Amino acid sequence: MGERDPVTTAYGSPSASYGSSAAYGASGPSGLATRGESANLADILERVLDKGVVIAGDIRINLLDIELLTIKLRLIVASVDKAKEMGIDWWEHDPSLSSRARRAPVENGTSEEAAG
Amino acid sequence: MTDATNVTDPTETTGPTDTTHMAEATAATGAATAAGTLEYAYAVVREADTPHAALERVRGVAGEPVRAVRHLGLAVLAGPVPAADFDEGPLRERLEDLTWLEGVARAHQQVVDAAGADTCVIPVRMATVCRGEEGLLRLLASGRDRFATALDRLEGRVEWGVKVYAASAPAQEPSAEPSAASSGRDYLRRRSAQRRASEQRWEHTEEGARRVHETLAAVAEGSRLHPPQDVRLSGEADRNVLNAAYLIPHEESEAFAQRVGELAGLETALRLELTGPWAPYSFVAAEGNGRAEP
Repeated sequence: MGERDPVTTAYGSPSASYGSSAAYGASGPSGLATRGESANLADILERVLDKGVVIAGDIRINLLDIELLTIKLRLIVASVDKAKEMGIDWWEHDPSLSSRARRAPVENGTSEEAAG
Repeated sequence: MTDATNVTDPTETTGPTDTTHMAEATAATGAATAAGTLEYAYAVVREADTPHAALERVRGVAGEPVRAVRHLGLAVLAGPVPAADFDEGPLRERLEDLTWLEGVARAHQQVVDAAGADTCVIPVRMATVCRGEEGLLRLLASGRDRFATALDRLEGRVEWGVKVYAASAPAQEPSAEPSAASSGRDYLRRRSAQRRASEQRWEHTEEGARRVHETLAAVAEGSRLHPPQDVRLSGEADRNVLNAAYLIPHEESEAFAQRVGELAGLETALRLELTGPWAPYSFVAAEGNGRAEP
């Protein structure tokens, strides 16, 4: 995937690289700290799933269908694995989500991961 | 195998050893083409502002090249995606797969923001998929007015995200030595003092967050308040008390970032985080006059 890791925004001189972040903390020596991590998944999902023009394509996916998942995504950390590490796996037990999962007979290769 | 060359795949650099793969790919593409190749839409720009250079650098949600499809003075940035993942049934299933969703979300954002670095883009909601170029043309035609209005409104603007966190409580003052907790009454008194202090700190935090928002909203052309992010999602130890987006003219970005830095210096009880510049995702919908409150 076209890796384009967002770079740290140098203080006071925002670069043209989108999605970068700078943190200003009271704790830093100058009250300012920058960090060079890639954009937070929460920030991205908030924008690409929730915002943007909603216009009907030919593939009719009702995002409301996954809205429940979306809302819950707000509570999830960067990746499923990381979440599981932290013991956050409620979606696997959530009746509304798992019923949907059951409704759709999935034959993908994620079973090993699910077993993990 | 001659029709392999007819597959319009600009990425193809397939060597002779890949012939069998090619044959499979051709078969799959052939099947999809019958029903119209699926095209994933990322964003809409003015035709004249097509960000060619950026499009050459990026790959889409399926690793596919992204191109501009022009119509009516607009262009939609889109790329062909496999039906196995993006046709209606599979897509619905795939969206429930968090790992897959994350990959698509990140790729979608990278395309939008790479294009947005060079020009004004109107992001399209993730997972907008059309059948063939005709589908993309229909999308442009049906959204023509909305896209044009949004482009006029957002031209030359970028979005900056500002999050405010309650700075972690000062390390618990090693008040009187533990041994001094001679009586239960002392203990209770100390506990209630601690509670008062923490309530007070919380009030200060909220006031501070409000000051930050008011200050920044006053210099911004628009602002949107997003729900604060849960600590489990952000991975931040501190509580998120403000999660806002501000619409800023491109050339004022530097001044805005400085402003945020100054506020960080003033609001010592808070930790501020600035992200951006983003394409103006949060401002595509013209809610109110940009001073929307939650």
